[in-house]
Amino acid sequence: MTAKYSKDHEWVIVENGIATIGITNHAQEQLGDVVFIELPAIGKKVAAHEQAAVVESVKAASEVYVPVSGEVVEVNKELEGDPALVNRDAESGAWFMKVKLSNPGELDELMDKAAYDKLVNG
Amino acid sequence: MSDDAPKRTSLYDDHVKLGARMVPFVGYDMPVQYPAGILAEHNWTRQNAGLFDVSHMGQCLIAGKNFETVAKAMEALVPADVLSLKPRQQRYSQFLNEEGGTLDDLMITRHVKDGTLYVVVNAGRKEHDYGWMQQHLAEGVTLTRRDDLSLVALQGPKAEEALAKLAPAVKDIPFMHYADAGIGGIKAQVSRSGYTGEDGFEISVANADAPKLWNLLLSDPLVKPVGLGARDSLRLEGGLCLYGHELDETISPVEADLVWSIQKRRRAQGGFIGAARVQKELANGTARKRVGIRPEGRAPARDGAVITDSAGREIGKVTSGGFGPSVGGPIAMGYVETASAVPGTKINLVVRGTAMPAAIVSLPFIPNRFKR
Repeated sequence: MTAKYSKDHEWVIVENGIATIGITNHAQEQLGDVVFIELPAIGKKVAAHEQAAVVESVKAASEVYVPVSGEVVEVNKELEGDPALVNRDAESGAWFMKVKLSNPGELDELMDKAAYDKLVNG
Repeated sequence: MSDDAPKRTSLYDDHVKLGARMVPFVGYDMPVQYPAGILAEHNWTRQNAGLFDVSHMGQCLIAGKNFETVAKAMEALVPADVLSLKPRQQRYSQFLNEEGGTLDDLMITRHVKDGTLYVVVNAGRKEHDYGWMQQHLAEGVTLTRRDDLSLVALQGPKAEEALAKLAPAVKDIPFMHYADAGIGGIKAQVSRSGYTGEDGFEISVANADAPKLWNLLLSDPLVKPVGLGARDSLRLEGGLCLYGHELDETISPVEADLVWSIQKRRRAQGGFIGAARVQKELANGTARKRVGIRPEGRAPARDGAVITDSAGREIGKVTSGGFGPSVGGPIAMGYVETASAVPGTKINLVVRGTAMPAAIVSLPFIPNRFKR
């Protein structure tokens, strides 16, 4: 499927019931230089709109909310050694986590790209 | 602050033209970063010369009938030795309350004009400080706000080279002194001082001249604009206090490890507001002390994070924390019980509910490179 977006500036791509989740390019631009990312433990159960990760930029810490409910099945280990990957490749290589969906219906509440772009660009 | 629209410095339009991200800061719209970003701006300042707009800071003149009068009047408010300042020399000091807590920190300069001090205070405290001075300065000593002046800082190992191209005489300004200089035809007061731990200058000019000076300095390829974000990471690496973080109305300059800024005669004689506590702490020590902190992992600990000892008992709090680009990892400053303030002491920082290992280290994180 194509990416869907949350108002909290996460993107989601679902394949075979597994959601790959990251933060949007707009979010990384707002954060500035990312220096640390705290990812959830594998196996953690997360509920939609719950905080699941933390992004630290030079200036401040920002919470990352998961837009969908489920179980964390994988995290992007590359971000631990190279958090600045988020600044370079937010909407692809710098994905944060993969979540096995427990309530796929939640995807309907997310925006498509056109709606998200409208949200951030006004 | 009030609900009023944020104020703008004379360089506001120039910041916007450069693509700065403007944020409200103590009542001003200020550039937090330019398109290069905080890391690049920080590193540029450590390697070349960064240009900062610090016009939000409070510049004022204190005047009396002669130097001795005005110096003595100022000494009643600060622990620094003002009387021994030579013309054009400046010192760092603090305003203290009656309980010896810190109301603000400031720079005091003996102006060449007899009976005059040039004083620079923090932006967020200037209204308070002007009122405080007017209330406490001796009769016949007057305060004149200089809101007609802008202030820019040129900081970094190439600052002298860049500024000397326009005003060769600045090479001869000693650390913590100022000279009057013409910079491309602009009349400026140039002091060798700053807030980055690097050599550099703070340049005071008329508001009307500030944009011309700003753009003239930026026309040099050694010079790039730097925002408040990198100003904070630079001063944190330099182990320098920020009012509202390392200093507040409960913290004394002795606790803050600023005893170096209280000259010998003043330590012995006192005679300034707050002296009782300062002298007592000089004699007996303090219960807590400002320290440098280096987390072992990669996660930064921010302002307010609780510090615990190896047994998990709370021993203090982080006052500033973040990422030190030149250190290459997270760094912090904070206050801990004096028994735990020795460099090398293992501590924990509680970040998002988890105790993370860290150690007390000596300050600064990056050796200061002031030109003395």
